[in-house]
Amino acid sequence: MIGPEEGVMQSRAQAMAAMLELMTDQLLIVCNGFPSREACKLRDRAQNFYMIGSMGATAGIGLGLALAQPDKTVVVFDGDGNVLMSLGTLATISALRPKNLIHVVFDNEVYGTTGNQPTYSRVVGLDKMAKAAGYKNVERVWEREDIVYEFKAMLGDDGPSFLLVKVNEQLEDADRIALSPAELTKRFKGSVT
Amino acid sequence: MSSITVLEADDFVKGLQGIGFDFFTGVPDTILGGIIAHLTEERLYTPAVREDEAVAMAAGAYLGGKIPAVLMQNSGLGNALNVLASLNLIYQIPCLLLVSWRGFEGKDAPEHLVMGETMTTLLDTVRIPHRTLSQKTIVDDLKWTATTIMEKRVPVALLLKKGIVKTIQP
Repeated sequence: MIGPEEGVMQSRAQAMAAMLELMTDQLLIVCNGFPSREACKLRDRAQNFYMIGSMGATAGIGLGLALAQPDKTVVVFDGDGNVLMSLGTLATISALRPKNLIHVVFDNEVYGTTGNQPTYSRVVGLDKMAKAAGYKNVERVWEREDIVYEFKAMLGDDGPSFLLVKVNEQLEDADRIALSPAELTKRFKGSVT
Repeated sequence: MSSITVLEADDFVKGLQGIGFDFFTGVPDTILGGIIAHLTEERLYTPAVREDEAVAMAAGAYLGGKIPAVLMQNSGLGNALNVLASLNLIYQIPCLLLVSWRGFEGKDAPEHLVMGETMTTLLDTVRIPHRTLSQKTIVDDLKWTATTIMEKRVPVALLLKKGIVKTIQP
């Protein structure tokens, strides 16, 4: 199936790099698999929390963090497979309405870390689900210019915001995270409090 | 007739706050009804839609400087198991799991019997320290909870049978 976005789509790493460049003191939770490795390679910082397991929990972690730190902006880098695993969290976020939460979903329509098995996001619009659930701002982007424009707007606006970034399946050659999970917790917590 | 009085929900919550807990989330159960009602009244409770989501929210809250507690029926332990194993236990992210013990001694509806019988074995297997709350030992149970969480930085389960803390009258 060839979508209208075909041909102009970025890789997730390209999209991620453009967004990471815009970030200052925001806290960032990155989902498990390649997204965490890519974010770590592109722009590692103490305010990045990389998941290596617990697929589906990304937005839940971001939500808890946003509630605990209402004066800081929390960005979540999520994936389509992760969101589909915990669709209920779209409801929880919409109902609790944390102003300081930006939920970014890199949607490559596959389980990329495990060999590109297709996900249902190629037929089910995750942006439509977020909109229906009640996120304040919802946008769907795929071109670099739009990614930067919408993410910048969301960084400056009250949320909860949902940014669906359609990306291609290309993986960035990125190593596993060097820090141990316990070290990641310590480093992140230290950057928050 | 037991001479031991059932604990008031607000006293129990005060006990939890007294040892530092300041973020409460979860999924309801009848045994937990009184506690959740009190927490909600005090605007301390953030409802989740699934137990794994609740544990994830608690983990986020911990990263943000809170000391979290998750309330759930023991059936929810199954839902929460992967987050506990592949997030909390390896990242050293603690939380209190306040778990109602449905199916205790086989006296409950059929859906509660397997988890009711195997829950403590399951917790032992995944290495989550646990204690069963009683009115007699509650002061020590709370002290143990605080110490274990601080020292080991792991999730800790307190198991709550029917009749220990007052629940909502039907």
